[in-house]
Amino acid sequence: MSADVQLQDVWIRFGDFVAARDVNIHIKDGEFFSFLGPSGCGKTTLLRAVSGFLSPSQGEVLIGGKNMSGIGPNKRPTALIFQNLALFPLMTVWENIAFALEVKGMSKAARRKRADELLDLIALPGQGDKMVNELSGGQKQRVAIARALAAEPDVLLLDEPLSALDLKLRQHMRTELRAIQERVGITFIYITHDQGEALTMSDNVAVMSQGVIEQVAGGNQIYDSPETAFVASFVGENNYFAGTVRELNNGLAVVDTPSGVLAARAVSRNDKEQLSVGDEAYVFIRPESLRFSQQQELDNVLSGVVERQEFEGNFWQVYLRVDGSARIVTLSMVNDGHSVGYEVGSRVQVGCGSDLAVALPQGPMAAE
Amino acid sequence: MTSDRVRQFFVLFFVLGFFLYLFGPLIIMGLTAFNSSAFPRVTPWECFTVEWFDVLANDSRLLEGLKNSFLIGFGVVLFAVPLGLAGALMLTQVKQRVRPWYYTIVISPILVPGVVLGISTLLFWDRIGVMFGASRDSIFYNGFFLTIIGQSTFIAAYTMLVFISRLQRFDSAQEEAALDLGATHVQAFRKILLPFLKPAIASAAVLAFLASFENYNTTVFTSISTSTLTTVLASKVRYGIDPSISALAVVIVVLTVFGAAIHEVLKRREQAEAEQAGMVAAGLIKEKKVQTKWFIDPAIICILLVFIAGLGTAFFAGTVGVGECKVLVKEQKQAETAKRIQALQERTAAKKAAAAEEAETQKQEKANRTGTENFNSIFDGDNLLPQASESDSATQPRTGTENFNGIFNGGNLQPGSEVENNEKSEDGARTGTENFNGIFSSGNLSPSTTE
Ligand SMILES: Nc1ncnc2c1ncn2[C@@H]1O[C@H](COP(=O)(O)OP(=O)(O)O)[C@@H](O)[C@H]1O
Ligand SMILES: [Mg+2]
Repeated sequence: MSADVQLQDVWIRFGDFVAARDVNIHIKDGEFFSFLGPSGCGKTTLLRAVSGFLSPSQGEVLIGGKNMSGIGPNKRPTALIFQNLALFPLMTVWENIAFALEVKGMSKAARRKRADELLDLIALPGQGDKMVNELSGGQKQRVAIARALAAEPDVLLLDEPLSALDLKLRQHMRTELRAIQERVGITFIYITHDQGEALTMSDNVAVMSQGVIEQVAGGNQIYDSPETAFVASFVGENNYFAGTVRELNNGLAVVDTPSGVLAARAVSRNDKEQLSVGDEAYVFIRPESLRFSQQQELDNVLSGVVERQEFEGNFWQVYLRVDGSARIVTLSMVNDGHSVGYEVGSRVQVGCGSDLAVALPQGPMAAE
Repeated sequence: MTSDRVRQFFVLFFVLGFFLYLFGPLIIMGLTAFNSSAFPRVTPWECFTVEWFDVLANDSRLLEGLKNSFLIGFGVVLFAVPLGLAGALMLTQVKQRVRPWYYTIVISPILVPGVVLGISTLLFWDRIGVMFGASRDSIFYNGFFLTIIGQSTFIAAYTMLVFISRLQRFDSAQEEAALDLGATHVQAFRKILLPFLKPAIASAAVLAFLASFENYNTTVFTSISTSTLTTVLASKVRYGIDPSISALAVVIVVLTVFGAAIHEVLKRREQAEAEQAGMVAAGLIKEKKVQTKWFIDPAIICILLVFIAGLGTAFFAGTVGVGECKVLVKEQKQAETAKRIQALQERTAAKKAAAAEEAETQKQEKANRTGTENFNSIFDGDNLLPQASESDSATQPRTGTENFNGIFNGGNLQPGSEVENNEKSEDGARTGTENFNGIFSSGNLSPSTTE
């Protein structure tokens, strides 16, 4: 079984501090949904409200259409994988996995059988009699997943489950998690501050900042059409230029900036925040969208001096000091077997098409 | 270089001194348990014997006290450990703001003098007993009950401290994980928290037992007619002790050391196991080495062997040849005593002669004195000497210590001193003030009677 999750007008306060502000989200049945946001933005708090460890100060949590208020964590159809895993160190691996069955009163033989099945699922066959502390980080991770799955939840909640692993393992576990989700077919709610994880695994991502949901959308939409300055600056690398909207037509904004006039798609979270002529705005251009302008005719052109070049293997990273901008602008170009073609110190012109630039109302940015 | 040496020397000196300070009394006491002398002492060494252990085993009063101490100790463990656990759990539940207050209140019994706890327990339950019209042999006047309750008031606070320090290391996410997986609160407590607290429960139980076992100042009030080891020992000290008390100390020390050694071995095994687990997790080794069962662990067997060998040696050395040795010592003592008696008789005769002479001179002096002289003579240097002129006692010149009937006399510590003491106090059968030559004598304040 599987279920959808709705958060309706959820506010969570700790004294005067607001950890979640008017959260409205509908997570569909069987979806892999991620909350993405910097540390301390309230992701765990929100997840605890879903699992029942705290009740919202205001608003409702619905699971499978059922209002969860007053229902404790042990009665909810959710299972939570804790940030630190919280495996039981005094139990063996299989006892950990079978804990949910044990408290249900299932016989030992049946428990053992089910635990072995789950051990197969997480690719740790025959490891059931080990103690938890004999496992490596990745193995513990998988045991925690098996333990949660043993409870046969409708919704699996994962709180930064991969953050303790090293890079290689993290990437491996991403695919594995996604595969497990497809196999068991239940709703996964995944929390992370790592945008790579969120973008690769999820059907939908909610980007959060300081208790506020900034944008809910699919991964590529989040990346290509960020709706707030925070999302644009938090997800992926981005160059930005501050300026004033001079013209607006057909969703295209023309923005006056000290580095020149830039044309960009005007995007906003809602109608209320829509840009109008004379507004202060940011124009965001991703490093991979920038091209050296000698190569083709472009809508937006910036001129500057090459400051530094870095070879990253599959691409080149070029740092430019652009006229009129105090910040260093980054350009990345695919390594096609040739050098960048410009020496450090040479004056160049770079640019991009207006469809690759995004104009957004000014607002708080993600910390660097 | 040299300053380093000096420092090393002082460190060594300090360490040695410290250990001597710590263990010196224990060692001396331990030795006295094996000396056949009837009074616990090391010098003079008479015969190596284990007879005091025999005496100990047959001392019914002590054994009764020991049994009661054990019963009370177990009672305190059963009562104080759950109480302390509840108190510690409560601390994790109360609001952050209330916590320091709560902590101070529950910890306060430790700060209250044991005597006060004892008396208040006694009074409180007496009042309760009166309220219910209970008879004198009801539970409210039962030494076991009152002692367990009274000791538990502060021992529960000790155990609570043990639990608090363990609980501070508890990851509350584990309890939440259990709840999240469908466990009830009771199940989460039983299956997660309780197993985690097991070592703390064990240490708290040991601590509670030992604290109860050695307690005196609360127990002495609450035990009423029940005797415990400490109360029996205290009364023994008051009425004269023999080395069977040292024997008891040896038994306790040996058992403690034995227990500590076993505990240490078990702890090391656990550490080794954890280390291996870590190596397995890191992929350094494939499998944990299979550990032997703890009771065939070489270290444990060694400890047991040493224990048994020590026991055997002491028993052998302490029983074989003791009889002959004792006979020898006894003969020696008798010879010495005879010598002393003779010496004393000679001295007494000499004293009598001297006394007669002195009495003569005194009479003459008194007649020659004015009233003021009676006062002045209080400060007279001679007053501090036993043979001052005013004293009407007949004595011969003595040293200061003799005024105290020679309690510091070296001979006292020798066998047969009892005899000598008796002799002495007979020859100086007088009241204490007389030794100060009657400065409080009423005659001193009145004008000379002769005038
Ligand atoms: N029980 C609590 N009492 C007070 N403040 C809390 C509590 N739990 C979380 N917070 C605060 O709420 C904010 C969000 O925390 P959290 O949800 O853990 O962030 P994240 O998981 O996104 O890193 C933090 O600033 C944190 O200090
Ligand atoms: Mg968190």
